[in-house]
Amino acid sequence: MSAAAAAKKPAWGVIAEFSSAAALYDAAEKVRDKGFKFWDCHSPFPIHGMDKAMGLGRSPLGYIIFCGGLTGFLTAASLEYIPSSFLYPLIVHGKPVNFFTVPAFFPIMFELTILFSAFTAFFGVFVLNRLPRYHHPLFDFERFKEFSNDAFFLVIESVDPKFSETGTREFLEEIGGQGVTVLYDND
Amino acid sequence: MAESTVTTYRETLPRPPLVEHRRSMAWISDLIAGIVERPAPAWWWVSIAITGSFAGFGVFCILYLLFTGVGVWGNNIPVGWAWDITNFVFWIGIGHAGTLISAILHITRQRWRTSINRASEAMTLFAVICAGIFPAIHVGRIWMVWFLAPVPVPNWIWPNFRSPLLWDVFAVSTYFTVSLLFWFLGLVPDLATLRDRAVSPVRKVIYGLLALGWRGGNRQWKHYELAYLVLAGISTPLVLSVHSTVSFDFATSILPGWHTTIFPPYFVAGAIFGGFAMVLTLMLPARSLYKLHDVVTWNHIDVMCKILLLTGSIVGYAYTMEIFVAFYGANPFERFAFLNRYFGPYWWASWSMFACNVVMPQLMWVRAFRRNVVVVFFVAMCANAGMWFERFVIFVISLHRDFLPSAWRMYHPTWVDVFTFIGSHGIFLTLFLLFIRFLPMVAMSEVKGVLPEADPHYYPPTDGGQESPKEIHA
Repeated sequence: MSAAAAAKKPAWGVIAEFSSAAALYDAAEKVRDKGFKFWDCHSPFPIHGMDKAMGLGRSPLGYIIFCGGLTGFLTAASLEYIPSSFLYPLIVHGKPVNFFTVPAFFPIMFELTILFSAFTAFFGVFVLNRLPRYHHPLFDFERFKEFSNDAFFLVIESVDPKFSETGTREFLEEIGGQGVTVLYDND
Repeated sequence: MAESTVTTYRETLPRPPLVEHRRSMAWISDLIAGIVERPAPAWWWVSIAITGSFAGFGVFCILYLLFTGVGVWGNNIPVGWAWDITNFVFWIGIGHAGTLISAILHITRQRWRTSINRASEAMTLFAVICAGIFPAIHVGRIWMVWFLAPVPVPNWIWPNFRSPLLWDVFAVSTYFTVSLLFWFLGLVPDLATLRDRAVSPVRKVIYGLLALGWRGGNRQWKHYELAYLVLAGISTPLVLSVHSTVSFDFATSILPGWHTTIFPPYFVAGAIFGGFAMVLTLMLPARSLYKLHDVVTWNHIDVMCKILLLTGSIVGYAYTMEIFVAFYGANPFERFAFLNRYFGPYWWASWSMFACNVVMPQLMWVRAFRRNVVVVFFVAMCANAGMWFERFVIFVISLHRDFLPSAWRMYHPTWVDVFTFIGSHGIFLTLFLLFIRFLPMVAMSEVKGVLPEADPHYYPPTDGGQESPKEIHA
């Protein structure tokens, strides 16, 4: 993109690179204390304690998975109880079909609880992360490819109320960010 | 800390490094992603040609069975379950190591799991695929196999939800699905690495689609890590339940040799034993061929050998406890079943089982043997064979002489039995070879996460001396 075209477009955000997980962690604490809200730290692996350094709360996914698991349990319970007791009562070995035979239903209740929880966990991650998404403004920044190798990035988005193109840029340079670059949304 | 004479615990008893020779993150990416990016080596083409032929012949045997009928197998009355169910339980047992490594070792914080979990999980999936073939084809009329599923049909016939055979359908299909989700979730960050390294446009698009737009942001990792932890938590009872449910197929029947309460834990221990043996069988060659020595270190192999020793000994305890219970209990049929097991016409299978599963792993008490490729590979191969014999012993020997001598009958496999079994190995190994060709066989993001510099309180040594964390966490 030419400089003239870039000047016309509003910035999407500012990206800064840090040399290590420790440097990113320290920078994240400073950005958090400055009061930014729309920003993220990109790293090749999850950094231990980064949620605290960024001031993020716990993921709500656990509660969502619990609901998924409960749905699985209730599905299994009705799937087993209704056909076995009303639609098609099978008398095997002369055993009765009543409430007291419920232990024989436990294995399938257990399996479907697990199955539904697993689906909820898997799809929950991607829904909460707004994924899948093939393209993202960050992918236009050539150097960002290295996040999945060994580089650490801190990105502050322009939607943040405290964002200003020059101010944020200077701030990131001040806290030790290297190669601080302003990114534009090309879409 | 300068000039201090106090030696800390870390200095006197340092943990062996999980990645040797202080390799960097970029080195790990190059090593693992390089396997996928470079042209396939010659040995890979030779191997896949061989395993592919076996797989093809296995498929031919399955088609021959489906078009002709189960009479092409050696199964008879009373041996209604023979190599088919032996193979099913053999493969499903092998499929236990992957999820055990990813789930139980994750929630017990065994960080060494990172370098072997991906390949083991893939192995699990392929083993469960091989396992699933046998119950499906042994039903005889394959077009009726959907009767296993509880779907409402016009004649309102429902399966028996109190039957262990139906529990098994649910357990195995849940296990496969959950293992697949777990495996793919773990793959996403590594697929992003492959996407970002891709040069050719085709690879960019394929890995770009598979990576689902992963950006490695901490806001993403937050949900990801919780999902991974929950999946590990729910897979832990799942992995223990699957082989327990498989064992209910036998334990709930009244056949002497099957009707025992020891079966669930005994089957689970055997499954872990057989699964780790298969992990070693696959990882030892992969480690040498792809030079993974710094990532899959001797310490990893050592730990896996100890698990073989532990689970092999548990299995040995179960074998001897079964004999004890048979003689301590007053059931003459039960006593006969165990005399017949070890001294009947199939004595060779039982003694092979005992030698391979209980005696050979005892070599692993010796550290020098745990660190010798030849010995470890030999013991792992013994365990693979022994676990197949174990299932043959339990199913065929128990069935062929049950109660009335007039109902007894010998079982002999046919060529279709043999080649279907060999063919299942072909399918398994072909899938594994394709996996190591197209997907990263070591979880790069997880291995990077256990490097010392992944610690947010780690600072590299400035004076060339020993590095030290800024603050020591208890």
